[in-house]
Amino acid sequence: MVHGEVWTLKELFVTPNEYIYWSIQIVMYPFMTGLVAGAFVLSSLYHVFGIKELKDIARFALVFSFALLFAAPMPIVLHLQHPFRGINVMMTPHFTSAIAAFGIVFFSYGAIVASELWFLYRKHFVEVALPLKEKKDKTLLEWIKFVIFCTLTLGVYDISEESLKRDEKAIKILAGIGIPVACFLHGYAGFIFGSVKANALWMTPLMPVIFIMSAIVSGIALCMLTYIVTMELRKRFASRNKAPYAMHHQSREEIKSVEIHVIKMTAKYLLFFLIFAISLELLDLIFRGYTAVKSWDVLRSVIYGRDFTDIFILQYGLGNLVPFILFLTPWLTLRRAVIGVILVLFGVFMMRYNVVIGGQAFSLTFAGYMHYHMPIIPHDWETFKEGLGGAVSIFIMPFVLFWVFAKIFPVFNVKESH
Amino acid sequence: MINRREFLKNTVKGIAGLAVPLAAIEIINPGKLRAAKSSEKSKVRWVFLVDTYKCVGCGLCVKACKNENEIPYDANVTRTWVERYVLTKEGRLFADSPKGARDGFITTKIDLGLGNYQDIKKEDIKKAFFVPKLCNQCENPPCVQVCPVGATYQTEDGVVLVDRKWCIGCGYCIMACPYGVRFFHPVHHTAEKCNFCYHRITKGMKTACVQACPFGARMIGNIKDPNDPVTRIITTERVGVLKSEYGTKPQVYYIGLDEEVR
Ligand code: SF4
Ligand code: SF4
Repeated sequence: MVHGEVWTLKELFVTPNEYIYWSIQIVMYPFMTGLVAGAFVLSSLYHVFGIKELKDIARFALVFSFALLFAAPMPIVLHLQHPFRGINVMMTPHFTSAIAAFGIVFFSYGAIVASELWFLYRKHFVEVALPLKEKKDKTLLEWIKFVIFCTLTLGVYDISEESLKRDEKAIKILAGIGIPVACFLHGYAGFIFGSVKANALWMTPLMPVIFIMSAIVSGIALCMLTYIVTMELRKRFASRNKAPYAMHHQSREEIKSVEIHVIKMTAKYLLFFLIFAISLELLDLIFRGYTAVKSWDVLRSVIYGRDFTDIFILQYGLGNLVPFILFLTPWLTLRRAVIGVILVLFGVFMMRYNVVIGGQAFSLTFAGYMHYHMPIIPHDWETFKEGLGGAVSIFIMPFVLFWVFAKIFPVFNVKESH
Repeated sequence: MINRREFLKNTVKGIAGLAVPLAAIEIINPGKLRAAKSSEKSKVRWVFLVDTYKCVGCGLCVKACKNENEIPYDANVTRTWVERYVLTKEGRLFADSPKGARDGFITTKIDLGLGNYQDIKKEDIKKAFFVPKLCNQCENPPCVQVCPVGATYQTEDGVVLVDRKWCIGCGYCIMACPYGVRFFHPVHHTAEKCNFCYHRITKGMKTACVQACPFGARMIGNIKDPNDPVTRIITTERVGVLKSEYGTKPQVYYIGLDEEVR
C-alpha cells in the first residue's frame, strides 16, 4: 500500500501520485505549537506588561507552556517516514526551507522558557534542597528529591533579597524576548503552509498572522481550562481538609472567589484575541472571493460545498460564535466558562484541520477532489500514528507532563514577590 | 559554591564554545546552504520534449519506467503517467489516468473515481487527446527550496535528484511541487520522482520511457547543444510548458499543448 492510500478517496480528475500526504499529525503540529505560543503569551502579559489580574494564571501558564513545548515537535516526529533521521535537519540545515528553521527557533524558544522558569523557581529549589542537605538519615525518596533539586539549583544558593530582585528583572527581560520568539515560532508554522505556492488554499501571506492570532486564542483557552480543572480539584481537597492542601490555609470559598475572578479577567483577553483571529480569517475569505483568481472555482466548491459543515458550522459557528455569546453574556459562571473554552479549543483545532486537510481536498488539476478518512481503528503502526490514536496521544502528552512538572515547579501558593 | 553571576557567565561561554564548531562547518561554504541552482557553466542542460500529437496512450512508457526504476508494479504511484482528455460538444471536460495509464487506456469509459465511470458517446466528443507527464526538472524547483535537509538537490546539468539515504520523509517537497509528480516510494519510504533516468542519460543512453515509446512522442535532449534535434525543435517551433504561472521554469516542453491540460 502506498503512503496515503489507506485514508484517501479520490473523485473525478486527480493525478495518480496525489494523496492526502499531510494527515492528522500535521493538523496536530500547528495546533500544539499554537498552544505553546499562546500559553507563553498569556504568562508574559503579566510579567512584561504587569497586568496584575493575570498574576495567578501567569505562573501556571508558563509551566504549562513548558510541558506543551515537549509535545509540540512530537507530531512531526510521528509523521516522518524516517523518524530516526529527524536529526538530519540539525546536521544539514537547509535554510531555504521553512521546516529547517524549526530546530533553531524551537530550541531558542525552549531555552528562553527554561531560563525563565529557572529564575522564577530558583528560590523554591534552594528552599527545598537546603533542608534536605542538612538532614542526616534521608529516605530513598528524599535522596532522589535532594539530587533533583540540588541539580536544579545549578549550584546557586544565593537567595538574598537583592539577588531575588535581579531574578525578577531577568524574568521580565526573558518574558519580553519570549513574546516575539513565541509569535515567531508559530508565525513560521503558518509560513510553512503560507509559502507553498503549489497549494491554492494555503498560498497567502496572511497565513502566519492568522496562525499567531488563533494560537494565542487557543493557548489562553487551554490555560483557562486546565486552571479551572486544577482549581476544582483543589477545592475538593480543601473542603475535605486534606494535606498537603490544607497547609496552604486556603478555604474552599477563598479558592472559589480567586478562581472566578481570574477566569473573568482572562476571558476578556481571550475575547480580544478571538476578534482579531476571526477578522483575519474572514478577510482572507472575502479577499479570495473578491479577487477570484483561477483557483477560486475549486476553492469555492470546497469551502462552500464539500467542507461547509466543517468550516461554517463546526469552526465558525460552534467554535467561534457560540463561545463568543457565552462569554459576552453577563454574569459569567464557571460552568459557562468551561463550555466556552472547550468550544474555543475545538474551533481552533477545526481551523487547523480545515487549513491542512482542506488544502489537500482538491487536486492540483483543479478538477478533482480528495477525501480524507481518518483511521479510527488502527490495524498497524502507520494507521495508529496517522489516525485518531496518534492524535489523542499527542493531545494527552502535555497534561501528563504538566502533572509531572507541577511537582517540581509548584504552580500554586508560592509566597513570593513575583 | 560559585555565585550566580559567574555561573551565568560560564554558561554563556560554554554555549558560545559549543556553537563554534557548528558555525565553522557552515562558514566554509555559505553558497552550499542556499538551494543549489544548476550551473551556468555546465555544458549540459537536460530537457524533455513531448509531442502530444504522437502520443496514443498505450502506456508502454509508464510500464518501462516502472520496471527500469523499480517502482513496485502494482503500487498506485508512478514516476511518469499519461492523462486522457475528452472534451464534449457541450463543452464539458473529462479527464482521467487510471493507474497512471500503466496498461494503456483499454476502455472508452472515463474513470471518475469512487468506482464511477462515465461513458461518452463518440458523436458527443469534440476533441480527445493524451498528455504524458513527468518531473519537469524545473530551473527554479520549489521541491529543492523546501527540503529541510537538502536531500532533494539539483545537479549541474539541471536534473533534480533525491538522496534516499538522507531524506527524512517529511513530504514537504511533495506538497511544494505544483505538478504532483512526487510521491513516497512504497519500499524505501522516501520522496521519489522521475529523474530523467539519470543513471542512463549520463552514460549516453536514452531514458527508459523514450526508448520504450514506439511513436516517438517522447524525446530527451541537451538544450545547451544547438545541434541537438530536441533543441532545434524547442527553439524553432511553438512549444509550451505546464503551469508557467508558478515561476518554476519547467524544462519539459510540449508540442501541441492544449489549454485544457492542467
Ligand atoms: S516538477 Fe516538481 S518535482 Fe520536478 S523539479 Fe519541478 S517542482 Fe521539483
Ligand atoms: S520528503 Fe525527503 S526529499 Fe522531500 S522535503 Fe522531506 S526530506 Fe526533503
